Amino acid sequence: MIKFSKFLLIATLMFASCSTGDDGDDGGDSNGDNFDRGEMLANWADNIIVPSFVAFKEETQKLEDIAKAFADNPGVTELSVLRAQYKAAYQEFQTVEMFQIGKAEELNYRSFLNTYPTNTENIESQIASGNYNLELPSNFAEQGFPALDYLLYSYGSTEETLEVFNSNPEYINYTVAITERINALTAEVTASWEGDYRNTFVNNTSSSSTGSVDRFTNDYVMYYEKILRSGKIGYPAGAFTGSPSPGNVEGLYAGGISKNLYLQALDSFEDFYYGVKINGEENGLSYFQYLDYMDDKTDSESLTASISDQFLAIRNQSSDLDDNLKSQVETDNSKMLAAHDELQKLVILLKVDMMQTLSISVDYVDSDGD
Amino acid sequence: MQLSLSKYLKKTTEAAPLAVFRLFFGLMMFASILRFWLNGWIEKLYITPKFFFSYYGFEWVKPLGDFTYLLFILCGIAALMVAAGYKYRLAIILFFLSFTYIELMDKTTYLNHYYFISILSFLMIFLPANAYFSIDAWRNPTRAFQKIPQWCIDAIKLLLGIVYFYAGLAKINSDWLFRAMPLKIWLPSKYDLPLLGDLMQQEWVHYAFSWNGMLYDLFIPFLLLWKRTRFVAFLMVIVFHVLTRVLFPIGMFPFIMIVSALIFFSPKIHQGIIGLISKWFSISKQRFDNLRTYQFSGIKKNLSIGILSVFFIVQLLFPWRYLLYPGELFWTEEGFRFSWRVMLMEKAGYAQFKVVNAETGNRFYVDNSDFLTPFQEKQMSFQPGFIIQYAHFLADHFEKDGHENIEIYVENYVALNGRKSTPYIDPQVNLLNFADSFKHKTFILPFQDEIKGL
Repeated sequence: MIKFSKFLLIATLMFASCSTGDDGDDGGDSNGDNFDRGEMLANWADNIIVPSFVAFKEETQKLEDIAKAFADNPGVTELSVLRAQYKAAYQEFQTVEMFQIGKAEELNYRSFLNTYPTNTENIESQIASGNYNLELPSNFAEQGFPALDYLLYSYGSTEETLEVFNSNPEYINYTVAITERINALTAEVTASWEGDYRNTFVNNTSSSSTGSVDRFTNDYVMYYEKILRSGKIGYPAGAFTGSPSPGNVEGLYAGGISKNLYLQALDSFEDFYYGVKINGEENGLSYFQYLDYMDDKTDSESLTASISDQFLAIRNQSSDLDDNLKSQVETDNSKMLAAHDELQKLVILLKVDMMQTLSISVDYVDSDGD
Repeated sequence: MQLSLSKYLKKTTEAAPLAVFRLFFGLMMFASILRFWLNGWIEKLYITPKFFFSYYGFEWVKPLGDFTYLLFILCGIAALMVAAGYKYRLAIILFFLSFTYIELMDKTTYLNHYYFISILSFLMIFLPANAYFSIDAWRNPTRAFQKIPQWCIDAIKLLLGIVYFYAGLAKINSDWLFRAMPLKIWLPSKYDLPLLGDLMQQEWVHYAFSWNGMLYDLFIPFLLLWKRTRFVAFLMVIVFHVLTRVLFPIGMFPFIMIVSALIFFSPKIHQGIIGLISKWFSISKQRFDNLRTYQFSGIKKNLSIGILSVFFIVQLLFPWRYLLYPGELFWTEEGFRFSWRVMLMEKAGYAQFKVVNAETGNRFYVDNSDFLTPFQEKQMSFQPGFIIQYAHFLADHFEKDGHENIEIYVENYVALNGRKSTPYIDPQVNLLNFADSFKHKTFILPFQDEIKGL
């Protein structure tokens, strides 16, 4: 009996100490010195992702309208306008390419809009036969901006291009179909962000590997490594094969836009890191602020400082690059490889140091640890 | 001394605790196998990958393609047979072999608690766990015994004690105690826990968890052994393991440890448990209560005790093998595994492999995702043994692709317990000059900091 009462006493004390701890904490709840991930997710969605998609949607709408105007009246002026709009939209696309989550992930948005190098043979044969289905995943490399790039620029001057287009009306149909598809997919992704998905994303503050912060961060870092570093610089430079492949440059046929596309992607990526809002004002919460909160200030140089320095180093190096990355590869590929090396250093800071500091699990799928 | 040892070996006790242990162990193992399957992990971990990381000396153990499922089925059935005490000796041997085979297939998935299961099931091969409250004993009353030698139960207590105590010793280091690492990284990321989430942000909480974890591991075996503290200790076991279950993704392990700790309780309690189960399932418990004592036959006894003595000596010594290697253990991980170093490190790395043609100087980088799953890539990126094995695999692969004079280099950065990442493997070293072995790996660059302690 004495023993039992002792146990009761201890158990009561334990529960009491636990619950007082919780009470005391509930009082100061939400903010305090706690980093608010919900607010960070809201900033990402409301001030960066949604406005970026809205702006891009305007460009893709314009692209479709102009393509149709060109179809109605295929003249030199109309073609020039279309070409210009293609460039503007492709540039704007770089601001949303990293957001492959939610609807975009479900639709394979990035693969449909920007798989390059484009498959020119298939494009020609699909036009020749007039028989194609752009909704098939097997048609990633036959549509999107790279296909448009090929159709609008690979045949030469505006006059020469018109000559090709006039040889078979399917050329114009195909061009219009591509712009329609770009616009339709973008509309779908934008609508989902403007609809329910925004709340799904922001409210999923779970710290598990399926929580928004973990999932998005995996995507964000993966985008940087595979799409930005490898796709825009590494593959053309032949970093993974040993032989340079100028044919793998983004915006290959238009020429002279590849570096701008790269820089725009880098800008958007960096702005996202700092939480820069698309429509002005001061920065909201993002990785920079999160890292600053987690930093225990024991290392001589903080992680945020190293990352900022590396962004700067990448930017400085990029001034050595030719506006046309294709000619850069062909004339002096060592500068492309140097760009890759600078980008690479940031991969380590993001993928190793940042992910560790924020305790982000690398894999989405749960597995046991010990 | 000699006398007291032989006297101890003759001591007997009720078989009930071992029977309860066998029953729960078998059921939990079955549940673990089922859970593993239902989570899709068989496919994800053993079917999908194109390449598997082998333990040194066990390169021949590979997943069996679709037959891997059969292996899990076998393991699951064996676990159920163990639980029921049906053809026990065969069942526990099958379980030990199949479970250990599964764990040896890819060291990417190494977990201390899987290793614990392997050696525990090995130990159980030598224990008469089917003597009481088992189908074997039911079917063959000449094989049924109410009592067994005391050491059969103590052996399990000893193993559990080693696991806890060594886990406690491993926590006596400056990172754990004075930097609260890695809990300082892990706990704040649990911000979404109800009630606890905000608490997890407090620095003092990180330190409190670290120190209490160390003290818990060191003292719990003794608190469980001593009768007067046993009940409180068991409550602590429950609180501790439930908390770890809430905070970390550690699967079934907490439940296995909680149930295992029951072995420390007196036979009376286990009789009570068996009584309850008998009542639920209308089993005649009296049939087992025959007051007979299990006796090992002479040679069997000597063999069992001999093997288990060697087993425990190895268990006691093996965790210290790291002392034979130079350098910081957490950094090199030479002698890290199989030593109850649980949750001690937050380690992450990045390894970019470079394939070089020694004659032309042509070089290119490897895209790891072409060969490894994200989980494998993560584990590989900070463990030298993995890196060496993978380098040789890459050389073979690219040789088949027609590349010549291959040399493999790696640019490798590793961050440990919140320190900034630093170079890990010497980037100037052609990894093909080295084979995996137990020898010290000279190509690991030195750790830039110091971690004091055991």
